[in-house]
Amino acid sequence: MTDDSLLSVRDLVVQFPTRHGVLTALDGISFDIMRGEVLGVVGESGAGKSMTGSAIIGLIEPPGRIAGGEIWLGDRRIDNLSMEAMRDIRGKRIAMVFQDPLTSLNPLFTIADQLVETIQTHLRVSAREARERAIGLLDDVGIPAAARRIDDYPHQFSGGMRQRVVIALALAGEPELVIADEPTTALDVSVQAQIIDVLKRLCAERGTSVMLITHDMGVIAETADRVAVLYAGRLAEIGPVRDVIKHALHPYTHGLMGSIPTLAQEEDRLIQIPGAMPRLTDIPPGCPFNPRCPRVFDRCHVERPDPMPHGTRRVACWLYDEPQGEAAP
Amino acid sequence: MSDVLVEVKNLTRVFDVSVPWLNRVLERQERQFLRAVDDVSFQIRRGETFALVGESGSGKSTIAKMIVGLLPASGGEIVFDGERLDTSSSAAMTRLRSRFQMIFQSPFASLNPRWRVRDIIAEPMHAFATVDGRRATERRVDELLELVGLGAADAAKFPHEFSGGQRQRIAIARALSSNPEFIVCDEPTSALDVSVQAQILNLMRDLQDELGLTYLFISHDLSVVRHMANRIGVLYLGALVETAEGKALFDAPRHPYTRMLLEAVPDLEMSGKTHSHVKGEIPNPISPPPGCTFHPRCPYRFERCPNEVPKPVPTDTGEAKCFAVEEGRI
Repeated sequence: MTDDSLLSVRDLVVQFPTRHGVLTALDGISFDIMRGEVLGVVGESGAGKSMTGSAIIGLIEPPGRIAGGEIWLGDRRIDNLSMEAMRDIRGKRIAMVFQDPLTSLNPLFTIADQLVETIQTHLRVSAREARERAIGLLDDVGIPAAARRIDDYPHQFSGGMRQRVVIALALAGEPELVIADEPTTALDVSVQAQIIDVLKRLCAERGTSVMLITHDMGVIAETADRVAVLYAGRLAEIGPVRDVIKHALHPYTHGLMGSIPTLAQEEDRLIQIPGAMPRLTDIPPGCPFNPRCPRVFDRCHVERPDPMPHGTRRVACWLYDEPQGEAAP
Repeated sequence: MSDVLVEVKNLTRVFDVSVPWLNRVLERQERQFLRAVDDVSFQIRRGETFALVGESGSGKSTIAKMIVGLLPASGGEIVFDGERLDTSSSAAMTRLRSRFQMIFQSPFASLNPRWRVRDIIAEPMHAFATVDGRRATERRVDELLELVGLGAADAAKFPHEFSGGQRQRIAIARALSSNPEFIVCDEPTSALDVSVQAQILNLMRDLQDELGLTYLFISHDLSVVRHMANRIGVLYLGALVETAEGKALFDAPRHPYTRMLLEAVPDLEMSGKTHSHVKGEIPNPISPPPGCTFHPRCPYRFERCPNEVPKPVPTDTGEAKCFAVEEGRI
């Protein structure tokens, strides 16, 4: 862990006891988020992206629980805090932006009510000052005529404008870290571009770190500094976004990048990864990607690779284990 | 035999979205209408993939539903292989109906959870009596399952035993079972993960080559459309603002809305472009702006735009509805 690290996740394990045995949704995930950094977390449905976010903010639904590992925010360990202690951190030091802006706003209260309440919960300011701050925030996220629209109800805003309000809410407590879980997935592409710009600009201005959870590699490419690729609840690869996107090391990342149609490409067929991600109930032994991997060899079936350093990155793949040594796809 | 398989002429669909009668009387409100599809015309040639692209509320799915007959049109014509679909007699319609099929967005909603895969796939064969006898039907189901990359053993299973991608394969097998020539695909991969999306898109192209299918491909995802389509129509607020050959649309977009859409696509190449020209949101379709409906968001607007409705003008590979293009300013 370096001094610059804001959030540090160490060997995080999240398990769900079920009738059919214990399901391990996250298995030994480790990463850091630096101050002011945007970390993208990418993966397919069920890879554990949102679960990672929920674990950090302490919102895993029972019977799920953190079964191992540690989460540190600065020099404070936060994975074993009581609900009350966690409540002080949630919203104040770590804020969250969810996918669907309609469900994260209360339809019965005006935007002003919701923003002022949030601001007064986290900061010691008068009602009047809180309202002024709220208008300032709405201005910042690009809501036209903020002073007038602040007294509107959520249903009077369009989807894109609602997501701007949610971002304003998240930033209201002046958090150090914003966890944005698929913030643009419910939006049209022209609105998505605007929301990404707002999120990027505001967090850069305030020095806020962002954990951006998404399935869309394009959004990651435009927004993130580093990216973590998750597969079946494990970390496949983590590193600077340009390296990962341009020269993926892990065969899964490589296949994932190839399977995305782009505006620039000419090829006729997309690269496809055969099969689908395994269910949590039947993750194969060894490397979880081995049944789909084009470069699988004996060791992959037996031993499970942990993320190992490789240049600027960490990769969980035996191809990059030093004794084997023959890398580069 | 004409080159054109499907022709849509001046297709229009208006929905009545008025509040109930009593409220209208008490609150003195007018009736309200929503023009979901506004005077749309295009042709689809045999063996090609024609794509309709647009944001939510642009009328993509409404057009798809009208073509396959799930929704009556308010005006205009749909001509399939020389015969009008909307006015044909029911006997003629049944005959024509077996020649086109539809694949829906969500394979979780489009397959009956209580039916076995065999029955799901065999249903169009029963409906159109294309295959005789149980043995022949079962053999055909097995063939279709192999064709879409599943196994004959999967015929006895239920939909819940499959992943999203496999379910979409089942939906494709069902669409193919009446030997159609034309398939309407409404966002066929939007509910799927990218690695699975690649499998389905590749499968759809292979099937097109193998069976000589014609596709109407509907999507909001420009990269997917670019990968699949020969020709593309761009919809905005129910109207077709530009049509062009696939590659030309991306290399040299003409209509300002097309330009903005392309600008908004996240950039995987990481060339560092910015979204500076992306502004505003789709207006309320119940009261669209006058003149050219795109003018409030358009960087090229001038005095004609709010006052006149643009007519399509020919471009290199298609047409565009824009005064700035008409006057040669962009």
